[in-house]
Amino acid sequence: MDINRKNFTRSRKRVETRLKFYGLTSICFSLLMLATLLISIGLNGYTALQQAYFKISIPVDASEFTSEDGNILKNKINLYDWDGTVNRSFNKLFPEVKSRDDRKKLFSIISSNSGYDFKEIVKKRSLDKGKTVLTVWLSLSDDADQYLKGRLSKDIPEKDRRISNQEIKWVDSLVERKIAQLKFNKTFFTAADSREPESAGILGAVVGSALTLTITILFALPLAVMASIYLEYFAKPGKVTDFIEVNINNLAAVPSIVFGLLGLSVFLSTFGLPRSAPLVGGLVLGLMTLPTIIIATRASIRSIPPSIREAALGLGASKMQAAMHHVLPLATPGILTGTIIGMAQALGETAPLLMIGMVAFIIDVPSSFTSSATAMPVQIFMWSDSAERAFYERSSLAILFLVGFLIIMNLIAVVLRKKFEKRW
Amino acid sequence: MFTLPLSFVFVILVGVSLFFFYFSKKSIVQKSAQIGQRSKTLSTYYGQNAFLWSFIPSCLILILISLAGPNYVDQIFFARVQELNPKFNDSFISLILSKVINVANGKIGTDDQKILTLANEYKIATEKLYFYRGLVVILCASMLGLLVSYLQKPKTNARDKVETFIINLFFISAVIAILTTASIILSLLFEALKFFNLYNFFEFLFGLHWAPNVAIRTDQVASDGSFGMIPVLAGTLLVSFIAMCVAIPVGLYSAIYLAEFAAPKIRDYIKPTLEILAGIPTVVYGYFAALTAAPFFRDVGGSIGLSVSSESALAAGAVMGIMIIPFISSLSDDVIRAVPQSLRDGSMGLGATKAETIYRVILPAALPGLVGAVLLAVSRAIGETMIVVMAAGLSAKLTANPLDSVTTVTVQIVSLLTGDTEFDDIKTLSAFGLGLALFFFTLILNVIALTVSRRLSERYE
Repeated sequence: MDINRKNFTRSRKRVETRLKFYGLTSICFSLLMLATLLISIGLNGYTALQQAYFKISIPVDASEFTSEDGNILKNKINLYDWDGTVNRSFNKLFPEVKSRDDRKKLFSIISSNSGYDFKEIVKKRSLDKGKTVLTVWLSLSDDADQYLKGRLSKDIPEKDRRISNQEIKWVDSLVERKIAQLKFNKTFFTAADSREPESAGILGAVVGSALTLTITILFALPLAVMASIYLEYFAKPGKVTDFIEVNINNLAAVPSIVFGLLGLSVFLSTFGLPRSAPLVGGLVLGLMTLPTIIIATRASIRSIPPSIREAALGLGASKMQAAMHHVLPLATPGILTGTIIGMAQALGETAPLLMIGMVAFIIDVPSSFTSSATAMPVQIFMWSDSAERAFYERSSLAILFLVGFLIIMNLIAVVLRKKFEKRW
Repeated sequence: MFTLPLSFVFVILVGVSLFFFYFSKKSIVQKSAQIGQRSKTLSTYYGQNAFLWSFIPSCLILILISLAGPNYVDQIFFARVQELNPKFNDSFISLILSKVINVANGKIGTDDQKILTLANEYKIATEKLYFYRGLVVILCASMLGLLVSYLQKPKTNARDKVETFIINLFFISAVIAILTTASIILSLLFEALKFFNLYNFFEFLFGLHWAPNVAIRTDQVASDGSFGMIPVLAGTLLVSFIAMCVAIPVGLYSAIYLAEFAAPKIRDYIKPTLEILAGIPTVVYGYFAALTAAPFFRDVGGSIGLSVSSESALAAGAVMGIMIIPFISSLSDDVIRAVPQSLRDGSMGLGATKAETIYRVILPAALPGLVGAVLLAVSRAIGETMIVVMAAGLSAKLTANPLDSVTTVTVQIVSLLTGDTEFDDIKTLSAFGLGLALFFFTLILNVIALTVSRRLSERYE
């Protein structure tokens, strides 16, 4: 073999090696990015599982808000000076702080919702009549919390820092006395949104998302199944059917924000449905996921061998019976997979919800399909937009939960597909 | 008068319809026994027929009244409030009306006697509406159910009737897709036309200046706001271009490797992992772009002496590219695998290497599909919202510098429509103008993409 040909073969081989290398690099790049994304968010977010609390003994005069037989009087308990009670007891931990300004600064290291939190604790405990002293754990402010987690470094000059040297001293002294520590952040899972990071939680957004998705699935799944059966078995080939198909394929690629505009102008302004409601959000997301589910359902119906339907027809079943009694049950796993993927897509969708006003600040856990609500991704968006460092952390943790849940949904879809995938 | 809530009416409706199901089923057996003739189909079909006729139309009426009714009551009361305060403008009257409604629902209290009486009347009117809604729906269900049960004879082919009814229902659900497209186009067009009444169409399409800051109060001194779309469009294209620079090579090479080189076992693991990347919500990418990628690019740029905006098009575009990688790779993977094995075998049989087969045979054969995939990806990049809302800027600049901050169509729509704005405000309307432009832009891309890839599948069928 002469040298030229040898070189030629070698260079041909090199092209192949290079192509393989490019491919591998691309895949590694994608995987690396996935890892970077998840790890950076995880590192940001895991600390939100803990929250800084301080232990404090507070005297309460129960007779002021309980009736003779020991029941709590609603109107009186709200009038009781809870903020003052907590603040006075906290001041006792630092007797040297006397002036009005200093006390104001001192109280800034505990949560400004402390009074409210304490009231809720008192409500839950059965108190003895008359004066008692309660020992409770209450939240420190978000800045003190971030300092204790080491996210606010002392090295930054004081004026650029959200927490002053004096405040740091107070927090340190609490830690030294072993009455301040990081504990599991239960509030994050049991509360709705709040202006204060230490009292903000995801429960409101989770319930909002659940309500929205309920509407989405109730709306989209039956429609998708009915439309698919029609298109597969009953539609006569022609212009109308073609037009429907083109529409479905195109709708699957319409930007989600356009569905939001549709919801805004049709559901809100024409039909006058309530703003920010899971009902409207669910309908918009339903319209958005409809093509996805239709496409998946049709694929799964088509994968059922025609012989099954033909056998049914041959035994005298009508077209409808063959479709409903024989094909549809066999296609159910495929439809379920498509639905789960569609729901996962709807759960992560944010833009259309912004359009229909589900971006409002809502402190209550939504109770019905028409009450104002927000959804998980929107909550993440709002938190990552706010100024407090502690909200970033909560935003990251919320992302971890959302992504974790989505991955589980997708895994279920994959497992379902694997399990029921029949080779006919 | 007692109120009839929606859920209650619905439960009664289901009950009435179920009653007619059993009633028809039983009565057809009796009827056939009377005349000594077997019924044409199973008795359950007679029941189903009655159920469908009594349930579906009444259910539609229920939905219709629930949607339109409250609006109608509101309109009547809007007129009433207007009568009482003829001097106020419409937005003030809707404010009073919403107060009346809130008082009527017991959400707030008031001392104003006028509002109190109106609220009372409003409450009564709503209750009346609910009562009549219930009445009409139940009456309709009973009448239709009774009528169908009465008309059914043993010789009626009930199964045929049920199936025709259901097929029509199926047809309507299929038509929803058309209705959705139509209502998207109509609603966008309708609002956009209102906008073009206030603002010149050509200035919108070709204007070089975008500054939608209109005076909030009429007496305020501010610019009139200019709505030239070009800078916004340029920003969108810039961000999408950067995204494509990342996504196309990485996505295509991944697809080639997965389809042609990877061992089936590796493929089984890598494909689902890439699908995870596709399943991550865009808001998460936005968070990553705004809080990790943008500061990273800024710092790197700063360390080599470049001034990179903290809302640079580069950060938003690069993260968007990462988001689109799995989209391109999975579409292209499908396309490449759809190329018939015979082409590969032929090429290899002539002595070509695998790389040569890929470059000279498979890729040209798959080209239409790959073009389709890329076009779909571009359309997705243009319509992508959350990444740019969180990581790109708000001010519209006509620039091709990826380190500068730009704005995009979707960012503008979100910023114009979130917050409390009047519905007929020029700012709000301009968002629909942008929405219309976005819809048509993506529509054209989608249609081309779908036609091109259909040509591929036809070629090898």
